Amino acid sequence: MPLLEAKNITHRFEGLCAVADFNFSLAPNELVGIIGPNGAGKTTLFNLITGVYRATEGTIQFAGEELVGQTPHSINRLGIARTFQNIRLFKELTVLDNVRIAYYGKIIYNPAEALLHIGRFRAEEKRIANMAMDLLAIFKLDDMADIAAGSLPYGLQRKLEIARALATGPKLLLLDEPAAGMNQSEIETLMKFIHWIKKTFQLTIILIEHQMRLVMGICERLVVLDFGATIAEGLPSEIQNNPKVMEAYLGEEVVS
Amino acid sequence: MSKLSATYSTLLNRWQTLTAYRYFLPVFIVAGLLFSIAATRLEILDQYVQLILIYVGINIILTVSLNLINGYMGEFSVGHAGFMAIGAYIASILTVNVFPQASVDFLFPAAVLAGGIGAALIGFLVAIPSFKTRGDYLAIVTLAFGMIVKSGLENIDAVGGPRGFMGMDKLTTLPWVFFWTVLSVWVIRNLVYSKFGRGILSIREDEIAASLMSINTRQVKIIAFVVSSFFAGIAGGLFAHALQFINPRMFDILKSTDILIMVYLGGIASIAGSIIGAVIYTILLEVLRPLGIWRMVLMPLMLVLLMIYRPRGIMGLREAKMFVPLRDLLLVKILRQKKKEADNASA
Repeated sequence: MPLLEAKNITHRFEGLCAVADFNFSLAPNELVGIIGPNGAGKTTLFNLITGVYRATEGTIQFAGEELVGQTPHSINRLGIARTFQNIRLFKELTVLDNVRIAYYGKIIYNPAEALLHIGRFRAEEKRIANMAMDLLAIFKLDDMADIAAGSLPYGLQRKLEIARALATGPKLLLLDEPAAGMNQSEIETLMKFIHWIKKTFQLTIILIEHQMRLVMGICERLVVLDFGATIAEGLPSEIQNNPKVMEAYLGEEVVS
Repeated sequence: MSKLSATYSTLLNRWQTLTAYRYFLPVFIVAGLLFSIAATRLEILDQYVQLILIYVGINIILTVSLNLINGYMGEFSVGHAGFMAIGAYIASILTVNVFPQASVDFLFPAAVLAGGIGAALIGFLVAIPSFKTRGDYLAIVTLAFGMIVKSGLENIDAVGGPRGFMGMDKLTTLPWVFFWTVLSVWVIRNLVYSKFGRGILSIREDEIAASLMSINTRQVKIIAFVVSSFFAGIAGGLFAHALQFINPRMFDILKSTDILIMVYLGGIASIAGSIIGAVIYTILLEVLRPLGIWRMVLMPLMLVLLMIYRPRGIMGLREAKMFVPLRDLLLVKILRQKKKEADNASA
């Protein structure tokens, strides 16, 4: 049974068709890359899966649950987490608080207990603080736990964003251009890192990326989008030589 | 000049050492309560000073509670006086018309509490438009809410309409104000340092990212608005029974603006800032009273200067250590220590 299955997804913004009749199926533990030129609808697709937008038509099933029409936080609690193209950390808050916030769904106490700091409050806060610190230690961010997330260097901000996403305990992780702004050696490190989190946290991963080196290096399967529709799908080696893909990226004349 | 700043920093150091002391807060609370009771019973302070202190307390409650919305959550509510009005009218009607006059002293806290609950219910309703509206647009919604409350009250003849409502006994005493002020500061601090408080902060930082990190933003907004308006209602009840007369015009946009000034003067997202802002503003207004109309020139001028030199207010986004729960203050230290011990044990 596929972990994620999107059927006939269409999304329009005031007449502009951002995603057109998109079909997609994802098996557990896969690492799939979505590529395509700017404006092809890749990020829109992530927004549809995570509930930021509601698909105009079609259905998205995740582990048997329908996602279309659910709120972002309930979709997250089903086990889908993501990062963003332009890092969206809680910049004024500490590294530790960024991760603690992501445990919101896992902390069990009610507003009355929170207002009076009674009942389950103390034990739960202690438990979550320990979990958050352990997670930060895994990513070697624990030494920076008490500084503001916005003052971390760029690479560590990317890392923290992934750590924050993992704090919500996802089965499926969506990475939106994780290599943006990285140089070649940083990309090498990132490739190893993605492999490592996939194994350690038993994740299924979809990633959007422009860096062909990264995509070709780690993705098991690629989906190529152009104008909101799938124009090619297959193994990285197949995609590399697909004339349709070259056309989409380079333009018709160059190819012919 | 350097001598002055040296004195200032020694004083600040002493203050910090003092407040870091574990028993400071309990001692402060008990002492404050005893002093306020003594001041009222034994007439240590004259009536005028007592009244100013009462206003300081009420303004602290208003500022801390509005800071929850405008500072911690990063929204811009301009309807706080509306919630205050609801609390003031409910509490006044209860003490004047409903409760038996013989036991009204005894039932006063219940009246204030009822005013808070009434305001909280309306706060729940105001939270609903905040689900989809943000920033300037939510400000307009709260502005409209304030107008509705004011014109609503002006058109209810049973509570005096535009003439106002009177007949309240002077039930707001210094000890009661002290009690409600400490309670509101404590409860709001507790909320801020809980998962809901972190949810409120994350909405300020990035609402979309927050909702994708499992935060139920609607639930969090409801909690913030309900708690904030509850304490505004409490402040309203205390205000009505300090002044012994209320009318709808007292709770118009100017009153909301006063509270906003105290929030931004003291600093957003800070409990210490809210208290400092409320104390400075209330006392300065009184001290400058002899200046007459010039007061209203001087105060805004000071605000403009403050915003130029300290755009985030006196304590903007910073918190005095005494208001941070010990657990949070030492959290990172404790956790690191633990890790070090674990590492040593394994090595």
